[in-house]
Amino acid sequence: MKKKKIISIVIVILVITSIAVLLQKLLMPKYMTQIVEGALIKEYYYEKLKDHDVMFIGDCEVYENFSPITLWEEYGITSYIRGGAQQLVWHSYYLLEDTLKYEKPDVVVFSVLAMMYNEPQREAYNRMNIDGLPLSLTKINAARASMLPEEDLITYVFPLLRYHSRWSELSSEDYRYWLRRDQISHNGYLMRVDVKPAGRLPTPRLLDDYRFGETAYKYLDKITELCKKNGIELVLIKAPSLYPHWYEEWDQQMVDYAEKNGLLYINMLDDIDKIGLDFEMDTYDAGLHLNLSGAEKASRYFGNILKSRFNIPDKRNDEKLKAIWQEKADYYYKMEQEQYRELEEYGYLLKFNMKRNEENKIKP
Amino acid sequence: MLFTSYSFIFFLCILISLYYLIPKRLQWKFLLLGSFVFYFFSGWSNLLYILVTIISTYFTGLKIDDLNRKQNAYLKENKGQITKEERKLYKEKIKAKQWKLLLICLIFNLGILAVVKYTNFAIANINSVLSMFRMTELSFVNLILPMGISFYTFKTMGYIIDVYRGKYEPERNIGKLALFVSFFPQLIQGPISRYDDLSKSLYQEHSFDSQTFSYGFQRVLWGYFKKLVVADRIVAAVLTITRNPDIYDGVYVFVGMVFYAIQLYADFTGGIDITIGVAQMLGIEVKENFIRPYFSKSIVEYWRRWHITMGTWFRDYIFYPLSVCKPMLNLSKASRNRFGDKIGKRVPVYLATMMVWFTTGIWHGSSWNFIVWGLLNGVVILISQELEPLYAKFHQKVKIGDTFGFRLFRVIRTFLLMSSLRILDCYRDVGISFKMFFTMFTKPDIRVLFDGSLLKLGLDASDYVVLIIGVIVLLTFSLIQRKGSVREMLSYNSAVLRYSIYIILFFSVLIFGAYGIGFDSNQFIYNQF
Amino acid sequence: MEALLKILEELHPEIDFDSHEHLIDEKVLDSFDIITLIAEINDEYDVAIPAHEIIPENFNSAKALYSLIERLQDED
Repeated sequence: MKKKKIISIVIVILVITSIAVLLQKLLMPKYMTQIVEGALIKEYYYEKLKDHDVMFIGDCEVYENFSPITLWEEYGITSYIRGGAQQLVWHSYYLLEDTLKYEKPDVVVFSVLAMMYNEPQREAYNRMNIDGLPLSLTKINAARASMLPEEDLITYVFPLLRYHSRWSELSSEDYRYWLRRDQISHNGYLMRVDVKPAGRLPTPRLLDDYRFGETAYKYLDKITELCKKNGIELVLIKAPSLYPHWYEEWDQQMVDYAEKNGLLYINMLDDIDKIGLDFEMDTYDAGLHLNLSGAEKASRYFGNILKSRFNIPDKRNDEKLKAIWQEKADYYYKMEQEQYRELEEYGYLLKFNMKRNEENKIKP
Repeated sequence: MLFTSYSFIFFLCILISLYYLIPKRLQWKFLLLGSFVFYFFSGWSNLLYILVTIISTYFTGLKIDDLNRKQNAYLKENKGQITKEERKLYKEKIKAKQWKLLLICLIFNLGILAVVKYTNFAIANINSVLSMFRMTELSFVNLILPMGISFYTFKTMGYIIDVYRGKYEPERNIGKLALFVSFFPQLIQGPISRYDDLSKSLYQEHSFDSQTFSYGFQRVLWGYFKKLVVADRIVAAVLTITRNPDIYDGVYVFVGMVFYAIQLYADFTGGIDITIGVAQMLGIEVKENFIRPYFSKSIVEYWRRWHITMGTWFRDYIFYPLSVCKPMLNLSKASRNRFGDKIGKRVPVYLATMMVWFTTGIWHGSSWNFIVWGLLNGVVILISQELEPLYAKFHQKVKIGDTFGFRLFRVIRTFLLMSSLRILDCYRDVGISFKMFFTMFTKPDIRVLFDGSLLKLGLDASDYVVLIIGVIVLLTFSLIQRKGSVREMLSYNSAVLRYSIYIILFFSVLIFGAYGIGFDSNQFIYNQF
Repeated sequence: MEALLKILEELHPEIDFDSHEHLIDEKVLDSFDIITLIAEINDEYDVAIPAHEIIPENFNSAKALYSLIERLQDED
């Protein structure tokens, strides 16, 4: 009798857990079209060989502006971009902490634009940068550091509690990607081949205070420390995006910080000509982000610095890596071709314009 | 800590697990600690208020009992030595002392309640008089209403009156009395338990009983279903309608009235379900507070079935004492001599009824809306009382009989009557409430119901689907419940069916409950960077 | 007892108060009836029934009510 009871309790618990898991997978946003950057964080964990020379962390200024495929093809550098939509400094720190559980890169590249934010901005960005992490203490700490007052920690442990109300807006995408995902990035790089020339940029607003916030610095310190502890070279980088405006005063703070901590800081905005960027051709949204041709130029330039400065060996002759990267490159060029075809056929990229009328509107 | 907060659920999990792990003789003490922790989380100053009430009630109870003992000892000692007259005199002297103690205790505790709850209401009223004479107005005071003060104050008042009346001995252990007053599942919205009911199981040692525990758990789940799936979802439309009386009049008022009836029922009975269920999970029995009130066939019956512990409290501690006290009996006699039997007989009934409903009204909230609401309830009850003989005569002539149709008619009539009184509960002030009530008749544009306007009240089509299903589930449940406990009926069925139902219920709450950020935050625009 | 029955019959002519034993439980007498009753008993017998004696056991039958009256008269 007692045995029977225990068995039935176990069955009930199993049933409840599996329903909960299935429902959670169904109800969480898939980010397979439109806001694909939401899928970036999770995608890293599907990677078969988690061993890279260079690891990028940061916001759209890394995942839109650098192409690991180019770094591989030109310099034999293996790299991955752990970028996320409006990734803030503390997001980056915890992402790095989690990544170090799997591998130890030689160089970590941090995009410094996020230093401009000292507080969490939007719940949606917290979710996009944290939801993809596997459940661990790191994830909990990341959530605690990022939460807005109206958020609850438990929703990061059980995201079903956050997304339960999406039942009424489930789309075919949710069912199609219920249990699997498409690969949407190329080692963390989000490809776009379309072009929208940068016209006149808005005049930068004067700020009251140019000093970066305390919290931002605190986590930048933590990143520096973590790298030092693990014998990793940290590179601070300002990607060549024209907007948001990168102020002189901000630049100087980074110069000072790099000097104080013995780091390399590169402001690529200073080298636009050397890189060969043409903002009539190399951006898909008028200067905010580079498109494929821009990203490849930026990667070529930056790869050269990485190679010469940190002596990263060329691995193009490693048979195992060669095979893996060949596969990646094939997918890369296939997507490139596909995007050009779409541009020709429709005049825009399908994936990013699913609902043209409701452009960029989401409710994760 | 609200029932629907994660912290409450967290608190509950820890409390219940420890409750069954610690030595049983410590269980009630642990509950007391838990209740204080619960109360502490809603602000430490709240704890101060409740402690003051507990201590004053405790010592008054003891003092009253001391006088009883003194009296018994005196009478025993002097048995046969004093005359009946002397004996009576002595008893009256003691009673007078006890009465004084009781009065001090009641005035003290009621005074706290009155100050925190009604000061600003009083100031507002004084100000409106002052402004008539163009005098400087008083400024409002910043008093925080301690959580559940109306409920626990009434609990202690019932207790001390019963001790005075000799219904039971006072509690000699201050910890036990404190637990009775502060028992956490009842703190937020009652029920207003009586000491002799609750104490039966409150201080006992409880070993874990899976049957009772799962019954309690199911009850809690059911409560959450009502609250989260129905009440917290429909509230959006209720607020849209009642906060914008300029836009939403006529049929909207009717819609708002019915929606509010659903919201209030689901929220209040759901909350009580959680209370009773939580207590049950702890092995403690709390009396029911509702018996399917919306199935009542008359308003008197409705008030016997809605918020029962409050109704009986007002009956036992205000209505009866008021109507049988000496002055009232004298008044009754005088008025009968003066106006004749027929009218004279009614004077005490009318007076007591209106007094009770005035207090009931003001107990619900410190505004004229509630006072008018209470008084109107009294008026309607008295009118229906007066009309009763007329009904009887009518039924003698016209044989309608107790058909289903007629019963349904009476149920709907009572529902609509109570719902329209509750309009006062919803709008800003009494004037607007009445105005909106009348627009139901002056602007009966029923197209509103069909032209999609209902989808613009903050609920979309999927919300309505959930609500309709939710209401059907509630209704079906109540209909089945008339024949007995639903849980017991289910227990005759196969375990698979039973568990499936509970699992479905659990996931309905989880998925269709209106909680969390995704629900109340509006769609936000994503700026791409 | 006679007088009490008369008072009761005036309230509810259709009830046989001699034999009925569940006046409260079956909701024959409501709270309005009870306070009317108490006022009339006060008139007739000159006893004041205190509020705490208003419990079902005392009002369920005419007999119970009469013994309550007698008890209260005795106490005086």
